Amino acid sequence: MKEIRWHGRGGQGGFTASRLLGIAAGMFEDKHALAFPSFGPERRGAPVLAFTKIDDKKIHDRSEVEQSDYVVIMDETLVNEELANGIAPNATILINSSGDRTFDALSKFNIITIDATSLALDILGRPITNTAMFGALVGASGLVSIESATNSIKHEMKPGLVDKNVQIVEKAYEMIKKQTV
Amino acid sequence: MKKNKLFISGDEAIAIGTKLARPHVIAAYPITPQTIAVERLSDMVENGELQAEYMHVESEHSAISAAMGASAVGARTFTASSSQGLVYMAEGLHYASGGRFPIVMMNANRSLALPWSIYGDQRDSLGLLDSGWIQVYAEDAQEALDMIIQAYKIAEHPKVLTPIMVNIDGFILTHTYEMVEIPEQEAVDAFLPPFETPNKMSFEEPKNMGFSSQPIDNTEFKYQQDRAILYAHKIIEQTDAEFDKAFGRKYHGMVENYRCDDADQIIVTLGSICGTTRLIVDELRNQGEKVGLLKIRYMRPFPEKEIQELTANAKAIGVLEKNISFGYEGTVYTNVNSAIAKTGKRPYLKNFVGGFGGRNISKDDIRKMFTTLKTQEKTENTVEYFNLNVATDERR
Repeated sequence: MKEIRWHGRGGQGGFTASRLLGIAAGMFEDKHALAFPSFGPERRGAPVLAFTKIDDKKIHDRSEVEQSDYVVIMDETLVNEELANGIAPNATILINSSGDRTFDALSKFNIITIDATSLALDILGRPITNTAMFGALVGASGLVSIESATNSIKHEMKPGLVDKNVQIVEKAYEMIKKQTV
Repeated sequence: MKKNKLFISGDEAIAIGTKLARPHVIAAYPITPQTIAVERLSDMVENGELQAEYMHVESEHSAISAAMGASAVGARTFTASSSQGLVYMAEGLHYASGGRFPIVMMNANRSLALPWSIYGDQRDSLGLLDSGWIQVYAEDAQEALDMIIQAYKIAEHPKVLTPIMVNIDGFILTHTYEMVEIPEQEAVDAFLPPFETPNKMSFEEPKNMGFSSQPIDNTEFKYQQDRAILYAHKIIEQTDAEFDKAFGRKYHGMVENYRCDDADQIIVTLGSICGTTRLIVDELRNQGEKVGLLKIRYMRPFPEKEIQELTANAKAIGVLEKNISFGYEGTVYTNVNSAIAKTGKRPYLKNFVGGFGGRNISKDDIRKMFTTLKTQEKTENTVEYFNLNVATDERR
């Protein structure tokens, strides 16, 4: 089983991203998935968590995610010492970053950065980075195929949002693929 | 894309299951973590997907009252609640069961105040075990959806006519998204024919309903109520078998035997924690340990015979529950212990209590429970609060 932890701020769509990954795996591939938010009230701007579990067989484990294989951080200002807890030693961490920051607190992990905010502003005209980070994760992890990822957008999002978000997912996917070759 | 499958939450699964059962009246008041279930149903009624009357009542007490009124004229009715809402409804729960109204309710298992908590445990429904309702607990969203459909068939059986509470763990099930197979409407219609109440409130055939009784006849009413729930045992098994034929999924009726047959140590539990326990049973079996999971599905009627049979050869039995009857032990344990005591056998028995107010029950917690059962650790008390964060315990 692979476990993914999503960090965002209330309103940035972190939980939607966790569900998109679950839909891609469950609806469009022969996999099983669970997606859930950090339970409780959400407040716009406050740090929020979401989780996705993916496996080839039915997922019975209903306990909290203790060792994440992938961590996706949609807002680089969320990075702190505490965030390094509960991450598997060989985990990959994806951070939305414009590039000037260093992330010493997470230096023992494999860090990949992407400027998701600029990408979202270019295509969507709004700094909503969840689909860019979803595309980046798919590129870095291969947890699902890029086709399944874009299918999940077509399946889940309102028609008016589909084209631009598919474009964002594909672009982020390519950017990460180039980086990690 | 997979056909007839959706990636949805437990709350949404409940709403879809309810829609497929074609209720005439839905009366509910929203409360976390049940809210999404009734919001979705409200949407379905609004957009015409579901032909039903949705009553936005002002409280849970009114929700159950409205459901009884509708049920009395032969309407199929649905309500849903959780925690404080459920206990606010408590007076009506006894009315509904005593009045033999086959209402189906979803309860999102959640902690009770004080301290105030929106998170999950099972104290709300287990505290109302004696309200005369049939109680069933689901392990995942698929079982939640399927049980709503089964529940109407059981509740409306003319020899049962008893309301059913379908319990799903707050957040762990209500707010977790997973793949759920959606049955075809035609198949559900064939499985669940329209409701016809034998006790209809009508002008054509007037009856006295909601009446009072005297000492001379009250016991007989209660006796009949008790017999009806005991009889439901048979209907529960029958319905599950029919459901399997119609939809290809079965839940084994009253309990599920997961690798108990030759098990030395068995954990008995209910709800979503069965999933994590199942995983640890497989892990320990792979290491050569003879362990099993006995999943209780129905708390009322109680699976006494099944528990006696499945634990007959076990050396140690642990009952794991997110519940305590303050001043004694967990209610599930009291019931399981009573069933085992009647056999005359005295295996090592332990009551694992914890997971209150949303606290995680980890894989390691469950591994430790199996170790306690294997070593038959001698302790002063039957009740063990696992994963407790205080150094001392005042009473024990």
